[in-house]
Formats: sequence, structure tokens, C-alpha cells
Amino acid sequence: MSRHTIALAQINPALGDLERNLALHEKSAEEAISRGVHLLVFPELSLTGYFLKDIVSSVALPLTSLFIGRLRDLSRRIDLVVGFVEETPEHLFYNAALYLSKGEIQHVHRKVYLPTYGIFDEQRYLAEGGRIRTFRASIGRSAILICEDMWHPSTALVASLDGMDVLISPSASPGRGGLEEGKGFANARAWETINRAYAQLFTCYVVFANRVGYEDGACFWGGSEVIAPTGEQVAKAAYLDEALLVAEIDHDEVRRARMTNPLLRDEKLEVTMKELERIKREGAR
Amino acid sequence: MIDFSLNCELLRRVLTGFIANGVRKAGFERMVLGLSGGVDSSLSAFLGAEALGPENVWAILMPYRTSSPDSREHADLVVKHLGIQSDVIEITPMVDAYFEQFPDADHVRRGNKMARERMTILFDHSARLKALVLGTSNKTELLLGYGTLYGDMASAINPLGDLYKTQIRKLARHMGVPEVIIRKKPSADLWAGQTDEEELGFTYDEVDRVLYLMVDRRYELPDLVEAGFDERFVRAVFAKVQASQYKRRLPLIAKVSSRTIERDFRYPRDWGK
Repeated sequence: MSRHTIALAQINPALGDLERNLALHEKSAEEAISRGVHLLVFPELSLTGYFLKDIVSSVALPLTSLFIGRLRDLSRRIDLVVGFVEETPEHLFYNAALYLSKGEIQHVHRKVYLPTYGIFDEQRYLAEGGRIRTFRASIGRSAILICEDMWHPSTALVASLDGMDVLISPSASPGRGGLEEGKGFANARAWETINRAYAQLFTCYVVFANRVGYEDGACFWGGSEVIAPTGEQVAKAAYLDEALLVAEIDHDEVRRARMTNPLLRDEKLEVTMKELERIKREGAR
Repeated sequence: MIDFSLNCELLRRVLTGFIANGVRKAGFERMVLGLSGGVDSSLSAFLGAEALGPENVWAILMPYRTSSPDSREHADLVVKHLGIQSDVIEITPMVDAYFEQFPDADHVRRGNKMARERMTILFDHSARLKALVLGTSNKTELLLGYGTLYGDMASAINPLGDLYKTQIRKLARHMGVPEVIIRKKPSADLWAGQTDEEELGFTYDEVDRVLYLMVDRRYELPDLVEAGFDERFVRAVFAKVQASQYKRRLPLIAKVSSRTIERDFRYPRDWGK
């Protein structure tokens, strides 16, 4: 079957309160299940809140924790993408997202690009992920790129070449700048451009789950959306308000987009590799 | 390009959401603010009334004997328009009693004392009314340091601190703040005939453009001169921003332990909220 009903949980997590946030996840999941949703995507750090600072170590969880076990149990009834702080056996802390299905962890993505500028300070508190991998999900071959990962097109290119049909992007984007007459936040507009551009350039679905609410005065703008491989908007949640955005994605749309625009077929991996290796060799970066 | 036009409707939602969220996170349902009759505090009152309902907003009018009658009249206008709660508490007895001991104090000391007297009343009313103190300082005055530390700069949450004066006026107009308040010359009203612009030596229109480019757009000083601003003016603005940096920070702590508050003991204010 090529059609799947998915949903994006545009929630407002509490900062540093795992139990309260787990309850929020369960509530969204129940609603999604009742609406026939197959996959429910939560925003970045959905179990912990975003501007954690020194709370990081207090809310970090190993993959084997009972807490994650409760989410695994929930995933017997609905596929889930959840965000949390992963603590490794070496006690490194990662900004991570899990894909849970059928009671198992199917995939872990550790955020590769940790923004540490402007309002952001992630590298102070978190370790950088080092892998960009696609994985098999029932909605199609997928990749998870967390928030800032999306602002580095190399991540999406790698995922695309690795077979990505669905790009899942859990985010926690605070609205900044802009707000001139007739316009929204400047970074929200940039996000919407990126989502559409990636969908078209990599002929994939883009599933962008952003959160809402306020943390220390910063306002997360919501506006979660699903973009089709044509660049067309499939569904869009309101700005600023909590929402459960339900959308249908159709894998045949990926096929049709790749027939119309065979960009992936024509991608020249050898040229890219050769030039990247040259750039590395010459020490330009 | 400098574009001070505003998506007022979106901003209104963000700021009223900020107030409702901030007040409730702090465990309150009400807010209290000092209402001077100027555009900043009037706008804060409008935003608060929309965020929490007028029954949950307490405006405290705190005139001194030299305060302009217009200030009182305009504050009353806002109270009536919004249907918010209000109290009038004269600060003349307290301020004058203090300066009986210092009859030679200049107007800066007297102005600061008035601002701090008002602050103590607001925070007392915070306890009395179980209401959070809403701030009214805008980005222009915060950057220039044109306010009294622990006086009018003190509050629990401030919806206006990231908006320049030019933007405050636009949003105030959109929210329906009476035009007479928006149009009058801004004044701290700490002594008769005082106006902000005369005291600062430039207009808000001028300084907001420089501050916007300097702060929001990260123009260096030579860039500002190249953009057509007078070099002496630019340097004067920069000097004010630099000299008042201490007012925008917590008191400096001597760092002697292995983990100092704010420096490496860093928790969000909304910790657990």
C-alpha cells in the first residue's frame, strides 16, 4: 500500500519535566490512533523541552531506560518519532530522535549540527552526532534530520543518496526577526523555503514537526508542515497554537516526481566525491 | 534596509501569549504594572488586559507632586478604556520625607528615588494582589541605559523589551491606545517640562535607526558612518550602550568556587515549567 496517514504533534513540552511530557505524548498518541494515524512525529527534544542548559544531564536517558520502554510499548499501536537527550554508556549526551515501531527502536539519529550562536548554545551542553543514515520505515525509506541539521544541505544530500524518500525533521525553532508588515518571523520564512526546496531537489516528502510555546521568553512558532516531492504543501498547522496535524502521504508521489524530475538518477556522486576530496586535500576547509 | 513596519497582529499574539504564559508559569493569574500615562506602560496595560482579561490587570498610578496633570489624565483614560483595576498611590510623602535629609540632592537623584519608590510599591502590590509585575521598558531605553536600575527597569516579565520605541508606537496604535498618548512627547516626567528626546539629545526616530543597524543588523561603527549617519552621533549612541552595559546584567559576582551562579551554574528561568 502506498498511502499512509501520518500526523505531526505540534506540542508545548514542559522544560525538564519528563513525566509531564510523556503524558503529553500519550495523549497525542491516543488522539492520533483514534484518527487512524500510522506514524506520529513529535518535535525536537519533545520529551524534555529545548533550552535545557544544565538540566541536560538530569533528563538524559539511556536507550535501555524504562522510560523509553514505555514509549516502545506505545509504539506497538502507532509508529513514533520522539526527541530526547540520549546518554551513552560513556556518559556522552546527545540531542537525539528515535523512530519507534512495533515495540522496538528502529532508528536513532543524533543531531550532527549543534547550533552554538545567536540564541543557541548546544555545543556547550551536548555531544555531536556523527552519522546520517536512512532506515526502512513503513512509510518508505526515511531519514531523520533534527532542526539545525536541515540548515546544512550536505545532510539532506547524503540522506538522499542513501535512499531517502521521506525526510523527517523534528524541530524546536524559536521565532526570530522579521515581523514586518505582512510577514512572519524571518527564520520561519527561511524554514518554509528550505522545506520546499529540499522536497523538490531531493524529490522526497518533507515532514517538518515544529513545537509551540515559550521558554525563557523565546516563542516557538509552530507552523508544522508536510511538503510533497513536487514542492506542494500537503498540510500545514497554524502558527503558535498546539495542533495535531494529520496528513496523508502517498509513496507513488515520490515515484511520479522522480519520473518528472530524475534529479536523483542524474546525481553525480563521483564528481561530488572527487571535488570534495580535492577540497579536503587542498585544505580549503 | 530599515523597515520598522510591523505585522502587528502576529506580534500582538506573540506578546499576549508571552504574558499569559509568563504569568501562569510563575504561578500567578494576575499582573500589576505602574501606569504613567505614557505610551509604553499604556501598551503594556493593553497587552496585559487582552492576555489575562481586564479583571486580572491592576494598574497602579503613582504620581509625585510635580507630575504632569496630563500623565494622570492619560492613565485614567487607559484605565477607563480597558476596564482594568486601578489604585492611586501618591509617592510625594515618602520621597519628600527622604529628601528632607538631603535637601541639596539634584534632580537625577530625585528622579531615581521616585522610580525606585514606585518599584517598591509595585513589588509590594505583587505580594498584596498575588500579581506578577509587568515591565514597561522598551529596547531603545534598555540599550541606551535610559532608565533607573532597580527602578523602572525592574519587573518580573517584560513584553516590550525587544521592541524599539518606533515599533512601540506602531503596535500601540494597532492595539487602540488613545492617539493623544501616542502623539505626546515621551517623558519620564521626573521633573517639570522634562522630555526624553531633549535629555538624550536626539530623537527616537534617529536613534532607533542607528540602534537597529548596530544591534539587530550588526553594523560596525564605520559601516554606520558609511550608511550616512553622522559619526559623532553614532559614537555618542555607542558610548551610551557601552556605558550602560552593567544595567542589563545581574550584579557582578567574584568567581571563587568551582561553579558560579550564571557563569557555569546555568539553568533556564523556566526550569521545570
